[in-house]
Amino acid sequence: MGMTITEKILAHHADREQVEPGELVNCRVDIVLGNDVTTPVAIREFEKIGVERVFDAERVVIVPDHFTPNKDINSAEQARRVREFARQYGIINYFEVGRMGIEHCLLPQEGLVVPGDLIIGADSHTCTYGALGAFATGVGSTDMAAAMATGEAWFKVPETIKFVYYGEMPRWVGGKDLILHTIGDIGVDGARYMAMEFEGEAIRNLSMDNRFTMANMAIEAGGKNGIFQPDEKTLDYVKDRARRDYDFYQSDSDACYHEVREYDVSQLEPQVAFPHLPENVRPVSEAEGIYIDQVVIGSCTNGRLEDLEMAASILRNKKVHRELRVIVIPGTQEIYLEALRRGLIEVFVEAGAVVSTPTCGPCLGGHMGILARGEKALATTNRNFVGRMGHPESEVYLASPAVAAASAVLGRIAVPWEVVS
Amino acid sequence: MILKGKVHCFGDDVDTDAIIPARHMTTSEPDELAEHCMEDAEPEFVRKVNRGDLIVAGKNFGCGSSREHAPIAIQAAGVSCVIAGSFARIFYRNAINIGLPILECEKAVREVQSGDELEVDPVAGSIRNLTRNQEYQAIPFPPFMQNIIEKGGLINYVKERMKQQCQE
Repeated sequence: MGMTITEKILAHHADREQVEPGELVNCRVDIVLGNDVTTPVAIREFEKIGVERVFDAERVVIVPDHFTPNKDINSAEQARRVREFARQYGIINYFEVGRMGIEHCLLPQEGLVVPGDLIIGADSHTCTYGALGAFATGVGSTDMAAAMATGEAWFKVPETIKFVYYGEMPRWVGGKDLILHTIGDIGVDGARYMAMEFEGEAIRNLSMDNRFTMANMAIEAGGKNGIFQPDEKTLDYVKDRARRDYDFYQSDSDACYHEVREYDVSQLEPQVAFPHLPENVRPVSEAEGIYIDQVVIGSCTNGRLEDLEMAASILRNKKVHRELRVIVIPGTQEIYLEALRRGLIEVFVEAGAVVSTPTCGPCLGGHMGILARGEKALATTNRNFVGRMGHPESEVYLASPAVAAASAVLGRIAVPWEVVS
Repeated sequence: MILKGKVHCFGDDVDTDAIIPARHMTTSEPDELAEHCMEDAEPEFVRKVNRGDLIVAGKNFGCGSSREHAPIAIQAAGVSCVIAGSFARIFYRNAINIGLPILECEKAVREVQSGDELEVDPVAGSIRNLTRNQEYQAIPFPPFMQNIIEKGGLINYVKERMKQQCQE
């Protein structure tokens, strides 16, 4: 029987010819990742194991991105702990403020994660790297600690749901809309414990930045990983970045799937997830007219260059609505610099938006844009749980950069074609 | 090990932001996290919970973030066990890794109510509702996970395994 791309990558890293869904396997990991919130707990657990070194100092990656630049003394203490650990254990891939980025924008950009890899990260959005044709999944700090010591982790081989998207995508519709629509369809636990494999005509035409957005939100459907079969677009993205050799795996034609779901995207509208779950998805036409207090454009979901270009194409020569605040957060320093060179930052500042240094910041209600009681935000981020961006009585709507930019101009949730022709 | 305590019921899809909001994650000290356990789902929870009490919740408990702060906060708040219809994947893994007993049992979730007193054997997966005189059987863990649970979590398991490998 054939195998899916997820099964093939797990089999390879378990030194097995074949694996089947439901089996428990012990796998070598290519990269172990942590951030400034999860790594302090991992350090505490790692020290209990009592080993003198990490399994491979080049394969542990630490990115302080959640509460950095540090928002208060406690977060500064956590970042110091992480920094000292990185120095003590010779962690080469520790990224300091000024050289860092939001982890899931940074690692692919730096070529630290490559197709065919098995990656675990103490951050739930580690599944982002599935866009490269890698198996990547979020774990907790104790798993991170164990993997830092052993270079291994255990997994239950997941069943796979295949999602096929056909038809030509309308203008203003992108990867964010496809994944929101999918989560709206299957629910926040629709792919619980499972692999989500994305394919079809619309996927083959989708850019890497849009694929990262989709894989990023697999966890919002409960998925273990989200994955794309690598193609020429993947090759173009990785060939000048990859720091290691890589393998392109493809699912076999006779691979076994738990389920196959098909979507015709040719008539799809931009999508909006209403409070307080990412599954509360409706077409944007049903959200038009909802007044908002803040727009956030950024995050590991939508903080990449194409996202900023999309937002700037709508905000160019326009002004942010006077009763609204707009926060734009480029995902990495490289993205920031390129946005600067292309004039996008100028567009944002002239429109009346603030542009922040890379940080997870407001996405998780950390800093840089916390909501007050009763306030509403529209964000290009990934979660809209109760209290996610601030006060428990605030609300978050999730949408694409295009909808976010149009809403920024009109002060209410809006469609892009209301603002530009 | 037999766990005994009063039940605190929650609904479906209790997310990790509800269990421990990110605004409190500038610390990883269990006692400090415990002070804010379930804060955005039930602000009075920390005042109401007694050592040994149990959380009983619907489907997909612990969805969202990978933060281990969530099971740590629950454990440090004195909760002895979480019974849910189902658990989100990372929370499930984290709970086993840190030695917080969890059980999946839809029937118990449907019938148990807040304030009921339960007696639970997490290893056998048996649940007794002392208030309503009913019994339930949870889905048993695979032997591999049972092994991690019996060793008190992943770190002990890894330590033992590394020691064995050294000796070999």
